Amino acid sequence: MSNGSLHVRQREVPPELVRRATRCALFVVAVFGLLILRLAYLQISLGDYYRSLSENNRVRIESLRPIRGVIVDRAGEILVDNRPSFDLVVVPEDAADLTVTLANLSHFLGESGENGIAKALGAGSIRRPFEAVTLKRGVDWRTVVAVESHRIDLPGVSLRVGPQRRYRYKQFASPLLGYVGEISRAELEQSDGYRMGDLIGKAGIERALEDYLRGRSGGRQVEVDAFGRQLRVLSEVPPIAGDTVVLAIDADLQRAAEHALGEHEGAVVVMDVNTGEVLAMASKPGFDPNWFAKGITREQWSELVRSPLRPLNNRAVLGAYPPGSTFKVVMAAAALEERVIGPQTEFFCGGGLWVGTRRFRCWRAGGHGRVNVTRALIESCDVFFYEVGQRLGVDRIAEYAHRLGLGRKTGIDLPAEKPGLIPTTRWKRKRFGQPWFPGETISVAIGQGYVSVTPLQMAQLTAAIANGGRLLRPKLVKRVETVDGRVVWEPGDTEAKDVGLSSRNLNLIREAMLGVVNTPRGTGQAARLDTLAQKQEIEVAGKTGTAQASAAGGGRGSQRDWKRELRDHAWFVAFAPFRQPRVAIAVLVEHAGEHGGRVAAPIAREVLARYFFRAGADEAALGTAQARGRLSRR
Amino acid sequence: MRQFDRRLLYHFDWFLLAIVFSLVCLGICTQYSASYGLGSASSGIVVRQFSWALVGLGGMLVAVSFDYHYLERHAYLVYALCVLSLVGVAEFGSVAGGARRWISFAGFSLQPSEFMKLGLVVVLAHYWSRARSLGRSTLLDFLIPALLFAPAGALIVAQPDLGTVVTLAIVLVSVALFAGLRIKDFAKLAIAAAAAIPFLWAYLEPYQKERVTVFFNPEMDPLGAGYHIIQSKIAIGSGTVFGKGFLKGTQSQLHFLPEQHTDFIFSVFAEEWGFVGALALLSLYAALIGRGLVIAMRAKDRFGSLLAFGVLSIIFWQTVINVGMALGALPVVGITLPFFSYGGSSLTVMMIGAGLLISVSTRRFTF
Repeated sequence: MSNGSLHVRQREVPPELVRRATRCALFVVAVFGLLILRLAYLQISLGDYYRSLSENNRVRIESLRPIRGVIVDRAGEILVDNRPSFDLVVVPEDAADLTVTLANLSHFLGESGENGIAKALGAGSIRRPFEAVTLKRGVDWRTVVAVESHRIDLPGVSLRVGPQRRYRYKQFASPLLGYVGEISRAELEQSDGYRMGDLIGKAGIERALEDYLRGRSGGRQVEVDAFGRQLRVLSEVPPIAGDTVVLAIDADLQRAAEHALGEHEGAVVVMDVNTGEVLAMASKPGFDPNWFAKGITREQWSELVRSPLRPLNNRAVLGAYPPGSTFKVVMAAAALEERVIGPQTEFFCGGGLWVGTRRFRCWRAGGHGRVNVTRALIESCDVFFYEVGQRLGVDRIAEYAHRLGLGRKTGIDLPAEKPGLIPTTRWKRKRFGQPWFPGETISVAIGQGYVSVTPLQMAQLTAAIANGGRLLRPKLVKRVETVDGRVVWEPGDTEAKDVGLSSRNLNLIREAMLGVVNTPRGTGQAARLDTLAQKQEIEVAGKTGTAQASAAGGGRGSQRDWKRELRDHAWFVAFAPFRQPRVAIAVLVEHAGEHGGRVAAPIAREVLARYFFRAGADEAALGTAQARGRLSRR
Repeated sequence: MRQFDRRLLYHFDWFLLAIVFSLVCLGICTQYSASYGLGSASSGIVVRQFSWALVGLGGMLVAVSFDYHYLERHAYLVYALCVLSLVGVAEFGSVAGGARRWISFAGFSLQPSEFMKLGLVVVLAHYWSRARSLGRSTLLDFLIPALLFAPAGALIVAQPDLGTVVTLAIVLVSVALFAGLRIKDFAKLAIAAAAAIPFLWAYLEPYQKERVTVFFNPEMDPLGAGYHIIQSKIAIGSGTVFGKGFLKGTQSQLHFLPEQHTDFIFSVFAEEWGFVGALALLSLYAALIGRGLVIAMRAKDRFGSLLAFGVLSIIFWQTVINVGMALGALPVVGITLPFFSYGGSSLTVMMIGAGLLISVSTRRFTF
């Protein structure tokens, strides 16, 4: 193959190729020439300038915090905004002796300030060199003056103006709105575009809409002198303010709901039955989110976390309670739809029912006599639903409860929500490895046992009954818009699922619920609106519930004397007006120790009155004294 | 066969090899300096880069000893394997720094987009070596390779790695011009492409638009890219004429520079060795590229010529983009300095590329 010689004549290079290669060479020389010119410019012409900059690391970067988006109610009333505040910062590298500086500083800040310093510096390990660490946000004027006049003793310390979150009405709607706090290390690793020391929504709306509310950080490169004082700004990009969140919440109605709950712990949810918009979502007790905005102290934090009343919890979505007799609406729907009973089917209530060796009591010891489903709902007869429950079986009950939205999350725009629980035989086998016992169905039939629901789910369910069987996804946010009013997010069309109940059966249940509030033997008469001095007549339809919180109970005598956590929960769900429903409401009073008709129904009444008679409402007539006079049970 | 080997050795391109070795050694020294003060992490970086250099050397030897005409015969297979590895990244790749670019196994992680560079050059050289004779190429001869490039480009954009895609596109155009695409035709294409941009722009998601905007205008992001640029300029400028000396670069020692042993390694070098050192370094690259041009010109056949030109245009453009970025003259993109930056895949690919250059150079006399 080879010709044996190492030297082989080289191929003739085509002139075209030579020309191209020459052009390439010229191009390479030109480009490298430009790079070398640039290099010479930086290193020779500007060399001394950059050398001096590098000696003290004189170019600093400051992040400019954006103004967080404002939260307003559906009418545009501002609920959460920002106010300017002074933040105390330190650049540790600029402090000649950090411990001395901090010791001097703690004179002005007091003891709690010292904790903050330790915490801030501990967290600063992943900051850039010469980046400022925030020691305390929102310092008061006294501190500002003190620090400014003692700057010579405080090398490296300075004050910066930044926005601070302001919750205008303090406790108002706080479990719903949530709060902001400094980003944690875990959050920092998970999310994009945040830096140490940034504020982030931690709960509620603040967290759910964080991406819109946060805005975008700006930044500034500054040249500083050897003492860390700013000489000039090299470049600056202004921060972009966060978007405005317009809630579906009606602040007036929310106020009415919180007022109506009074000193009770509990929740109120009001929902538009046609759109699914949540008009009010009250949860008591609340807290003051401004504590977090200012930098919460250790004492405040432990007060909030240790309180057995759990003020940070939004009970409307995070509280799962047995529904008690309000569950009878589900039972009636299931029984009618499955044709286990007809509208006129009657059972005899003698005050209790024997199942096996155990007697399950009706709340009315004397019994209700012969009752059909309408009367059973109006008077909340337990025995009737024991009978119905036995005939349905737990799995068929569960199917209708699921269809009506129970046992799973509603999908509301909040970061956390409980699904509640609707037991089935399969669930029990998986959870406990045990079969389902018939006696347990009896408990389920009156909304006890394993059953648990959230107030929001009950409002959603009631709305579905009211609007002809459409289960609506609850909407908390009406829209999100930029500061200059451009809409950036809007919920899509109303999302609804058909619950699969015939209109005949729905009508029957609705009529019965009307009876609960408007007939002499109804358990929910305290919710009547026509007792008010109003010309308009608004008919309310509802259902009461009293749910045992503990199987054993707290002993004999009045529940008022029982321990708090053993007392019954009081429920009331309702919709109005009866003929053309507009709103649905669910009221839960936690450990009320009283019947739903007595505690929860008047609360619903007060809120509904505000909804229907808001303009020129007679405040005196709204008083609940009158309603309390008409005693009603369950 | 024995004679074949002797001839290879006789015509071996020692000059090219010497330049590559000096660049790799200087690179490792600079990485040591850049990570100096990081304790054990520093020696770890040097040891790892040295091991990769040995791997690269192996790859280089293989590239030299194999006849590059194997590549010509299996060009599409090579290219398909590269595209497949990119699909692998999209499916099973590991994420770091917000991008999915690596395939990890047994403690190593490879970056297939680096290997794609060679794959693209091979397939381009193959296609255009068979196209009509030089000077007669038409637009169609350009469009088919451009379509070949599309899937690879899309996969790399998705990672996302805009810098690599831009480099590959520039290499594609460079090789096309060298293969005979007329400037006039290229201008038409460029105008058409520019006209298409607004339409493509409309299809992008807001976050993608933002990424592209910051790419071309880093001042918009003073905390990120803008910060890197000013720190890099301070580092380079403060080196002045003679530099601060080895291990004395304060900007880099204090870790002001981001990615200082990968993307900003030039800044570290220029700070410590000054204008004189940086000039010397750039001269090494210029010599390498000049030598490469001679090899491309004198290659025995058209495939060898285009292959050599492709490899050297990768080296040239990466050098220009990386140094231009460090000097604050070009947008900040994640492009490594060939042979110099820290990074196993990049170094290995560059050394294999150098091996291909030597292979083309050595075989120019053999028949």
